[in-house]
Amino acid sequence: MIDLLLAAIWVFIKVFIIVIPLMVAVAYLTYAERRVIGFMQNRRGPNRVGWHGLLQPFADALKLLFKEIITPTPSNKYLFIVAPVLSIAPALAAWAVIPFQPGLVLANIDAGLLYVFAMSSLGVYGMLIAGWASNSKYPMISAMRGAAQTISYEIAMGFSFVGVLLAAGSLNLSQIVTAQQGGIWHWYWLPLLPLFVTYWISGVAETNRAPFDVAEGESEIVAGFHVEYSGMSFAIFFLAEYANMIMIATIASLLFLGGWLSPFEGIPVLGPLTSFMPGIGWLLLKIALMLFGYLWLRATFPRYRYDQIMRLGWKILIPVTLIWVLVVALAVQFHLAPWFN
Amino acid sequence: MNAIKKLFKTFLLWELLKGLKLTGRFFWAPKVTIQYPEEQTPVSPRFRGLHALRRYPNGEERCIACKLCEAVCPALAITIEAEPRSDGSRRTTKYEIDLFKCIFCGFCEEACPVDAIVETRVLHYHFEKRGDQILTKAKLLALGDHYEAIIAVDKAVDAKYV
Repeated sequence: MIDLLLAAIWVFIKVFIIVIPLMVAVAYLTYAERRVIGFMQNRRGPNRVGWHGLLQPFADALKLLFKEIITPTPSNKYLFIVAPVLSIAPALAAWAVIPFQPGLVLANIDAGLLYVFAMSSLGVYGMLIAGWASNSKYPMISAMRGAAQTISYEIAMGFSFVGVLLAAGSLNLSQIVTAQQGGIWHWYWLPLLPLFVTYWISGVAETNRAPFDVAEGESEIVAGFHVEYSGMSFAIFFLAEYANMIMIATIASLLFLGGWLSPFEGIPVLGPLTSFMPGIGWLLLKIALMLFGYLWLRATFPRYRYDQIMRLGWKILIPVTLIWVLVVALAVQFHLAPWFN
Repeated sequence: MNAIKKLFKTFLLWELLKGLKLTGRFFWAPKVTIQYPEEQTPVSPRFRGLHALRRYPNGEERCIACKLCEAVCPALAITIEAEPRSDGSRRTTKYEIDLFKCIFCGFCEEACPVDAIVETRVLHYHFEKRGDQILTKAKLLALGDHYEAIIAVDKAVDAKYV
């Protein structure tokens, strides 16, 4: 009995060790976003609160904490409160199976990739329910758009996962990473390049980020599904969106960029020179790189029209992934060197 | 051939990469934002800000109550009353500018034959009480005394264009 309790406490401690840095990362991702987009638009971005504006996220969080949570009279009160929880819970739960380094993982389960896929799909329910429970026009429109978009892009995303698990022969995330051993040219981004690009595009669409942010669409439907939310309930949606972004970036670095593996593996001088770097450092660097890509996309592209989003998802991404899955299957079958031997 | 080229460009996301390159370049470009309270945009010597009444170097006030400024003022912001002073010279007894009416057109400054009323480059000021917006003669002269150095320089810079 006491052993069980101790084990539970130990798991709780591990959960906190993952979640608290994640929350800080989310806070600073919002700061980085405003800064990076500002820089790309010839502005400076927030630079007043604290040194170079570094305390800005905390100022924002405090402001939101002190605001009143308003539940509109015609809304469904119960679902209205539950919706933000439904959107943040899967975003955090997916982190349980992420390996940060060999052995450094909360739950090393064999169906890790499947679990992550399931969790990232569940996130859309928070959005759907929020849109419906608000009982208002714009949230409703936004929820419909978001749901249709997420469902469409989930297929392409699923197929790019299929390619990875064909190549690695495993659904366990740690094993997928170790299968990419051997330096930057052995990582799956190269043999699975079309799948990598597809995954990245559908990842951006899954998280409803620009240029696929029709569900938020500030200029047309104000803020979409969280129009009626205020204070902390709004902040939770915000947290979920950014946690999902970090999640997508992490999965991309694990599946296609060799996770914690050093890019200089097997290179004469650079390899030994950078061997002091722990695996988690490489992983964080890769995640940061992918997140910068997110912000870069947002600063550059205008919003896709709704029918263009559907066309891209169904008529381009899905056929491309289908074909490349076939190519990968053949390559694995015939042990194509140097990746699949 | 062209169709194949187009297909390749579409699949390699060529146009999108070009867009990313542009924003990527601006990411490193120097920023043009003026950090307002610490930095300020340059102000022209002709800037039409807060008004002031000037004096001659010997301390005598310049204004001779000709009322040209009062006459030219399109917003009727200036009120002047005058009578002969004890030494017989013509001077104002009341010279008031209502800053709520003033449109800062600078006509008063142009109309003045003795360069008495001027608009300075001062643009940061505020009123705390109702009635503070009326610049009385005393206030205007005080402003003139306080900013005389700046006014003189600005006038000298602008002199060759008048």
